[in-house]
Amino acid sequence: MTASQTRVPRSSEMLHDYLLSEEQLESMYRYMLLSRRLEERMMTLNRQGRADFVIAGAGQEAAQVGAGMALKAGVDYAAPYYRDLGVMLVLGMTAREAMLNTLGKLDDPNSFGRQMTSHWGSVDRRVITQSSVVATQLVHAVGVALAAKMRNDPIVVFASCGEGSTSRGDFHEALNFAAIHKLPVIFFVENNGYAISVRTEKEMPVPHVADRASAYGIQSAVVDGLDAIAVYQTVRPAVDQSRRGGGPFLIEAKCFRMWAHSSDDDHRRYRPREELENWASRDPIALFRSRVEEDCLFPPEDLDAIESGVDVEVRAAEKWAFDQPDPVGEDALGFVYKDADDV
Amino acid sequence: MSEVSVLEAVRETLDEALGADDRVFLLGEDLETGGVFRATDGLAEKYPGRVLDTPLAESSIVGITIGAAHYGQRPIAEIQFADFIHAGFDQLCSEASRWSWRTRGEQYLPMVVRTPWGGGVHGGQHHSQSIEAYYAHMPGIKVVAPSFPADYRSLLKAAIADPNPVLFLEHKRTYRLIRQEVDGAPAEDRIGHSRITRTGDDLTVFAYGLMLHESLAAAEELAGDGIECTVVDLLTLNPLDQETILEAARATGKVLIVHEDTLTGGLGGEIAAIIAEQAFEDLDAPIRRVAGPDIPPMPFHEAMESFFMPDRAKIAAAARDLAAY
Repeated sequence: MTASQTRVPRSSEMLHDYLLSEEQLESMYRYMLLSRRLEERMMTLNRQGRADFVIAGAGQEAAQVGAGMALKAGVDYAAPYYRDLGVMLVLGMTAREAMLNTLGKLDDPNSFGRQMTSHWGSVDRRVITQSSVVATQLVHAVGVALAAKMRNDPIVVFASCGEGSTSRGDFHEALNFAAIHKLPVIFFVENNGYAISVRTEKEMPVPHVADRASAYGIQSAVVDGLDAIAVYQTVRPAVDQSRRGGGPFLIEAKCFRMWAHSSDDDHRRYRPREELENWASRDPIALFRSRVEEDCLFPPEDLDAIESGVDVEVRAAEKWAFDQPDPVGEDALGFVYKDADDV
Repeated sequence: MSEVSVLEAVRETLDEALGADDRVFLLGEDLETGGVFRATDGLAEKYPGRVLDTPLAESSIVGITIGAAHYGQRPIAEIQFADFIHAGFDQLCSEASRWSWRTRGEQYLPMVVRTPWGGGVHGGQHHSQSIEAYYAHMPGIKVVAPSFPADYRSLLKAAIADPNPVLFLEHKRTYRLIRQEVDGAPAEDRIGHSRITRTGDDLTVFAYGLMLHESLAAAEELAGDGIECTVVDLLTLNPLDQETILEAARATGKVLIVHEDTLTGGLGGEIAAIIAEQAFEDLDAPIRRVAGPDIPPMPFHEAMESFFMPDRAKIAAAARDLAAY
């Protein structure tokens, strides 16, 4: 079997249109690093007993940031999944808000402490509220895209998930409906090789999630999810085409899950030792850094400035977030129904 | 004066909603050709692009409805038979019901899911069921089950205007069976309110859908024998109208709850609990329930179907026992 044909235009002329400026490349590095450093702190807080639960995207930052930067923040809709801190940061979530979310604080803009960590949602950033049930959000994205098409609004809906979600019926129903109506949805699958502990060969009989696109007549691509620039240059043309009425795309980013499924999981029980030991060579942030240095994408001294800036930002955000109010028990009440006078 | 059936009331209300608000659209299976019960007859031609046939996939019908409502449209989904809605249970239970709660109302879903329910049509296991108890158990979903055409009109209109997910249950046996002069007829336009449809001093019957009509027929028969019933048309099954339920229970002190749904875990248990907790001292008899037996609903053969379904005779028999208590 071979990967399904890449139909997203990737000729050299097209790529030229999607070159990233020095400023964008610096942002790309900054977002990836911010995501990683935040998650490292979150996991430390968890181990210290100060954060109840962490579910991270460590190792998937290149895919998340590369894809997120292909969107029009504040215009396009997003239905990300729980590992997508990188996407959320690109769409405007701050380090402070990420820490509020981790601590379940009353002012967490995602769910005000009502949902587990990393269940995103934001009206301002056009992020559709997410649950823990995987793949349901893909169908919501299709509904948003259908509504936008009915109103002739030129938006794109970004719907992401892990490869584990692609086993669920909602994934297939979403692709099918989006293809029938040529809806502007980018289905972005971060294939990290595991559904918790179940390896892809026990999840699906085909080598690539993207292979499934042909059944629905959807344009597809496979991209190296460790290469943020390649991800951007794959997703961005798809977003542009989709916005112009080109229909949906299924893009599979081949990723590597750096950590266990969550703070409650120990992946040493089911992952080969050499896979974990060789991880450093597949760290997308380290890979990006070497490329900056080798190809002079931007002045290498800026890397250090970005890193120290991110470290300060994360520490300050954490300190600030701990001082913010916690919900009290009764904050669980209310808003079961939307008040008709508040619409 | 105009007499309309339940089905006509539904169709006219959908027509009116499509005409009044560009954001309203319909989606579901076979809707473009009018639907299997003809509830959308002629609407696809009248409103091009706003009556959509969907693939036969209930989870995505509900999920797409969620997405479209989130965006600000006013989608009305049809699930062809309530028996098939459970493929969309996850989308209703895990997503729609808690959309507002988990965002403190920042995100909300002005959406309606309509579906024909109930037995008496020789529909066997998967064209006859009562599914309301599963969905009325979900805080965040409003469940409406009218009985008369005038209420179908006013409550469907209210459901479409509501900023929350509403499961709108249409009893399929009553679609053509029940007709009403709707002009001047009582029409409840507030979701969450029940109506005392008939007053009598001897006992109070609670029912909805086809069983409301069977209960009224039983009450008429009993009146001939000097037994006077109060009959409550519940109209909304979630949230329940506790005030009217308690008022009607206290008025007679004897309570009979009727539903087609199977007994155990049916809505009758919740209504009985509300009354037992809050009006115990006003009761003169144990609360009685007339419901489907605890077998997988519903048998196909007419004899077994009739055995399964509560009807006016079974209701009247239970009411006589209760009145004599």
